[in-house]
Amino acid sequence: MSEPRPQRVRVTGPPRRPVPSRRTDDIAEETRLGAVYLSSLMSAQLALALRVGAVLAVLVGSLPLVFHLLPGLARVSVLGLPLSWLVLGVLVYPVLVVLGWVYVRGAERNESAFAELLDESGQQDG
Amino acid sequence: MSHDVVSGLVAVTVVTVATLAIGYWGLRFSRTTSDFFVASRTVRPRLNASAISGEYLSAASFLGVAGLVLAFGAEMLWYPIGWTAGYLMLLVLVAAPLRRSGAYTLPDFAEARLGRRVRAMCSVLVVAIGWLYLLPQFQGAGITLHAAVGLPEWVGPAIVGLVVLANVSAGGMRSITFVQAFQYWLKLTALLVPAVVVLVVWFGDGAPGVPEADGAWSIPLAGGGWEGLYTTYSLIIATFLGTMGLPHVVVRFYTNPDGRGARRTTVVVLALLGLFYLLPPVFGALGRVYGGDLVTAGRSDVLVLELPGVMLSGLAGELLTGLVTAGAFAAFLSTSSGLVIAVGGVLAQDVTSRLWPRRGMDGIVAFRAGAALAVLVPLAVAILLPHVGVARAVGLAFAVAASTFCPLLVLGIWWRRLTDVGALAGLLAGGLGCGAAVIWVLADGTGDGVGAVLLSQPAAWSVPLAFLTMVVVSLATSARVPGNTRRFMVRLHTPESIDLDRGPG
Repeated sequence: MSEPRPQRVRVTGPPRRPVPSRRTDDIAEETRLGAVYLSSLMSAQLALALRVGAVLAVLVGSLPLVFHLLPGLARVSVLGLPLSWLVLGVLVYPVLVVLGWVYVRGAERNESAFAELLDESGQQDG
Repeated sequence: MSHDVVSGLVAVTVVTVATLAIGYWGLRFSRTTSDFFVASRTVRPRLNASAISGEYLSAASFLGVAGLVLAFGAEMLWYPIGWTAGYLMLLVLVAAPLRRSGAYTLPDFAEARLGRRVRAMCSVLVVAIGWLYLLPQFQGAGITLHAAVGLPEWVGPAIVGLVVLANVSAGGMRSITFVQAFQYWLKLTALLVPAVVVLVVWFGDGAPGVPEADGAWSIPLAGGGWEGLYTTYSLIIATFLGTMGLPHVVVRFYTNPDGRGARRTTVVVLALLGLFYLLPPVFGALGRVYGGDLVTAGRSDVLVLELPGVMLSGLAGELLTGLVTAGAFAAFLSTSSGLVIAVGGVLAQDVTSRLWPRRGMDGIVAFRAGAALAVLVPLAVAILLPHVGVARAVGLAFAVAASTFCPLLVLGIWWRRLTDVGALAGLLAGGLGCGAAVIWVLADGTGDGVGAVLLSQPAAWSVPLAFLTMVVVSLATSARVPGNTRRFMVRLHTPESIDLDRGPG
């Protein structure tokens, strides 16, 4: 007599899509709490954008005024090149690239902080 | 037929054939409607950044900046700075949210955020700005072919128009992406190699200075007291804020895979543009030493094409002339392609697909019809009216974009209380204010009064006017804030890594 066959067991993996946490629900369902989370992200991102814009205004936007107020600067030359040409023709561009890079780092940091905030609370609540 | 003509002819032929060949090669990747409009949004940052830069560097960048610097001096260095810094403003204010909005075109964004009435107005503006910008590309092609090969001035526009139409309607955005990426590197090479050679020649000559070492040429300001200051700052505002509102620039952002990709792409674009813009001032400054008679002859626009030939004789000069001619032609082709994609996409959605609704025109056919319309209208104007004063009006395209789409995008992305009526009022205020300036300039407006100064460079007053109108009218009609605003904001600002219902798209 053979032993009774073991019952068939269905093997399943963990769910592919993580169940949305409570706080993502808050955001998606437009609760008051969700609005607070979204506002905090938006104001962080906007503040970062405005800071970069302010640095741009000070470093680059001020140049016409500086040359207007100090016309003698046009005659100053560095390494055989007029200072104005060196600044406007060359130095401005690395400044723009660095500002862009700083912004991208900051914006991605804001977003990952936001994602962690949602994640943490999801684990605590759920 | 002189040797210069041969090198110019060969250069134009090679660029045209290469453009068509790469476009044809890109065809194998174009299958769906989404491929046509936005390359199915899968273009990686480095390829996309080359394509964006290739599209953006137009005739004005390749030929115009050097000529302007030659004629007017350091003040004109603000153009390339503004065109690059415009991408920084675009990066910090709109890049990622715009990508996340999931819309195909600017009017799609306006409709998703504010409804159908704003969409209609945006479609009109996209077509107007696009055509205003296409016209000088076509005319520049005519002037270049006339100068380099001696062909009649209508031939250049016809060639550019037909090549662009063939490429765009065959493969749409997907194949144009490869073409434009190729054209960035071609344009960079076509300016870098001659620049290095002419600099070596200049050192060999003992590095002679500018003949009349006048200080005014080195002052980065338009001449004359407050007017110069106003003109320079107005130009800065127009270019810094106008870039984000140019239709062919905006449509490119929808080709990024996600918001993060859109940002990273933009940083690479900043680097590529900065690298390119180091070169035109070299031509401008050396032109002052070697080619001063171009200014008196009123031909400073062809400085880039002629300087290598002036400074080098024989085969070397001819080869370099051929190279810069190729680069200039690539500039006309790439920028025109981008504009035709943007304008054609909008025309396809709002005009051609609605002409025969019963026959159920499919998306790709409608896109091709839209692209044809986008090319033919400015082409006809360029050929029939070859001497309209559009060169000045192009600068105003930036001012129009800064006074209309910039406030719409910035407030639409960051301010929840924007209403459709507010947006329409602001678009009208900025558009009409700048439109008056465009008409005044096209009618060859000149003058010395305060009004003339304000009209010739309108951005410094028209941009604040548009922002202010949008805010005030929106606050006055606060009952009309769209019901889906918060949901749309969630979609714009939350990173894709967070699992949310983002709606369709």
